[in-house]
Amino acid sequence: MRFERREQRSTLMVFAPPLLAVGVSLMLSGVLIALAGAPILEAFGALLNGAFGSRLAITETLTRTAPLILTGLAAATAFRAKLWNIGAEGQLYLGAIVVAAVSSQVLGGLPGYVQIPLLLVAGSVAGMVLLLVPLWMRLRFSVDEVVTTLLLNFVAILFVSMLIDTVLKDPLAFGWPQSVPVADEAMLPRIVSRSRLHVGLLIGILLALVIYFIQSRTVFGIQSRAAGFNASAAKFAGVPLKKTLVLVAMISGGAAGLAGAIEVMGVQGYVTTELSPSFGYSGIVVAMLANLNPIGVIFSALFIAAMFVGADGMSRAMGIPTYIADVTVALSLLSMLVAVFFTQYRVRK
Amino acid sequence: MTELALDIAHVSKRFGDTLANDDISLTLNRGEIVALLGENGAGKTTLMNILFGHYVPDEGSVKVMGRALPPGKPRAAIAAGVGMVHQHFSLAPNLTVLENVMTGTQSIWSVSSDTGGARDKLLGIAERFGLAVDPDARLGDLSVGEQQRVEILKALFNDAQVLVLDEPTAVLTNIEAERMFATLRDMAQQGLSLIFISHKLDEVMATADRIVVLRNGQAVAERAVGETNAAELAELMVGRQVARPVRAPSTPGALALEARAVTLRHEGVERLKAIHFQLHEGEVLGIIGVSGNGQASLAQLLGGTAAHAEGTLSLFGNEITDWHVVDAIEAGFARIPEDRNHEGVVGEMAIWENAILERLPAFSRKGLVDRKAAIAFADEIIGAFDVRGAAANRRISMLSGGNMQKMILGRNLIEPKRVLLASQPARGLDEGAVAAVHERILEARAQGTAVLLISEDLDEVMALSDRIQAIVGGRLSPSVSADDVDARMLGLMMAGEWPATGNAEASHAV
Repeated sequence: MRFERREQRSTLMVFAPPLLAVGVSLMLSGVLIALAGAPILEAFGALLNGAFGSRLAITETLTRTAPLILTGLAAATAFRAKLWNIGAEGQLYLGAIVVAAVSSQVLGGLPGYVQIPLLLVAGSVAGMVLLLVPLWMRLRFSVDEVVTTLLLNFVAILFVSMLIDTVLKDPLAFGWPQSVPVADEAMLPRIVSRSRLHVGLLIGILLALVIYFIQSRTVFGIQSRAAGFNASAAKFAGVPLKKTLVLVAMISGGAAGLAGAIEVMGVQGYVTTELSPSFGYSGIVVAMLANLNPIGVIFSALFIAAMFVGADGMSRAMGIPTYIADVTVALSLLSMLVAVFFTQYRVRK
Repeated sequence: MTELALDIAHVSKRFGDTLANDDISLTLNRGEIVALLGENGAGKTTLMNILFGHYVPDEGSVKVMGRALPPGKPRAAIAAGVGMVHQHFSLAPNLTVLENVMTGTQSIWSVSSDTGGARDKLLGIAERFGLAVDPDARLGDLSVGEQQRVEILKALFNDAQVLVLDEPTAVLTNIEAERMFATLRDMAQQGLSLIFISHKLDEVMATADRIVVLRNGQAVAERAVGETNAAELAELMVGRQVARPVRAPSTPGALALEARAVTLRHEGVERLKAIHFQLHEGEVLGIIGVSGNGQASLAQLLGGTAAHAEGTLSLFGNEITDWHVVDAIEAGFARIPEDRNHEGVVGEMAIWENAILERLPAFSRKGLVDRKAAIAFADEIIGAFDVRGAAANRRISMLSGGNMQKMILGRNLIEPKRVLLASQPARGLDEGAVAAVHERILEARAQGTAVLLISEDLDEVMALSDRIQAIVGGRLSPSVSADDVDARMLGLMMAGEWPATGNAEASHAV
């Protein structure tokens, strides 16, 4: 048996892999559910119910989708240009803490329509800076950014942890390590009343559309894709490789920082070290599942969010560990990688 | 008495439609140096891969020291005493010389390693063959010549009796090469048998006892070194008298591009050494040479992806200093890269995107790409250059090599250009596509484009060029008129033997 590169790919093959991957991962997790001793169909019913079964369930799933879209975009744009940004988690935390600091220390008292845009920008810039440092190290000293961005996650989170226990510690939090809150005016408006769903979701969807437009219609977009697919050909065609990477890093880090900003301003109101249940790392899965397509990121973020929220419901109803959600998400990534492989290669005997 | 160290008998190997080795027989006596001479693609590498068991031959057999080698078993070849010195070293720069030499000689499961014994053995071999080396030096700190010595020592350490050297001088300076030849002759005298792969005639003449010439997968000739000369070998290697197609007489115009003593360094190595050339409008200047002699650097320099260190480069009388791709495109350069898949196209992107990638400013306004215009441009190329099976929206990787090359030619030549840089424009194409590409190049010449054709294909250069210069080791020969040369003379020029008093424009070279 050997593999042969496919000459051409039909349109179907763009959509088939993620759907197949999701299907296969659900089937495999069905086996695990059965092993845990629960009826499979009922368990999946409970999962679906937990994610979409009520108004609360839907808004909770969508609330969770918002940051995943942004971290998914962070990974998708960077990976498309072969910039391996594994640091979205740290960029998210840095964005979040900058928002809390700027809101409480600098912008206090300003009206919301001034504060909100400024804070969103501040959070994005923080994320950008944290990615530009490793990119600079790669361009200047050829340091592998997989390692640096990954390790900077720990640096960023420990830095945040230090701040919320010292200078940015909330004096009214009974000694808990949490940051001073952002001003009430700076909280993002809700989309649905009596829920936690905020406009961060719309920001994420809008950014996905904008990035899609940039990638397909602008000079920079075409250049960054060319640089990612074939750097030598891009160089031969006169694409400024370094400049392109810097811009890509700004979009990628900015999106991750923005994810931190909307989590603070939309959901929690302050920063703790539990702000993100690995949104940054899950963003990598989101991006891969979407085959790095920014529009696809919206849907794969929804899938991942539904899995996590639904698994909580399933766990309560059926008494199965919530780890099933992690396993399913991980399996979907593996299935996706296999499925993408088969869209590019065919099996020959 | 001569003993047969190696006996390759009637070996054939087919890849798809091409017969890479066609009934090749080759013998090697004990203590003999045989040179394997041939152009790229003649089948040298395939034959050696069969010897080493990397490929299984379709027919034929290999015997070492009288014993048959099982086909397709690299370890058996090594155990039988066959050693290989690769052109690109297979050594680890972070290990010491001794560690490199020992790598692969021990079982992965052995707990201890006999470093002391290995050191003694290595020093013994080094002493015997005059290959002085410090066993504890880190390989990465050694010069290229010393690294090659380590590569040879490694083969000898494995008790090689038959040593194959694949273009061993490709990376060496002249002095290092001289020293290596002396070592090789010494090794042969001590009873080792060597196969020496090369396409450099002077080296072969100076080193080998016997020369086997491969061409198109066949062993076409065998000569003892005393009964042949470089000129005969050149003709044997190239093959036939080249039939020259009709090429309209040229009407050279103004001086378009001129290089005076241009030197280019890359990573400390001089890739171009004080080269001179002049290129006029409406003429084709062919740069002939075996690849790896500086052609890529020349193409990069003129195409805008590398900067030169010394000398003057001028375009229509104006000196160019800070020369980037954008400048080249703006100045009306058309560029055909050497490797279309590597540099010419981005396979995952659409044909229209590839068509405009190097001309994005012309197809965009305020950073937004004018998709309609770009698709129209791609469609125009597809029509005008007869690109079969193409649609502007499909990925370019679905095109065949010939059609991809037509697309690359098209995006460059659909509008008249002032200078055309074509590197190996017809490499790997079938006959029909070659003809189409050549036709376009001659068409551009007729329209007054100054064409610089870089190629290692003799037929191609002779068919298209008005004047020819050879490139050898980063140096350019004086130019000769294409009407005054034949394949034999070009073969000699490619080997670095050019007439001291050349033809018409010998004054270019100092």
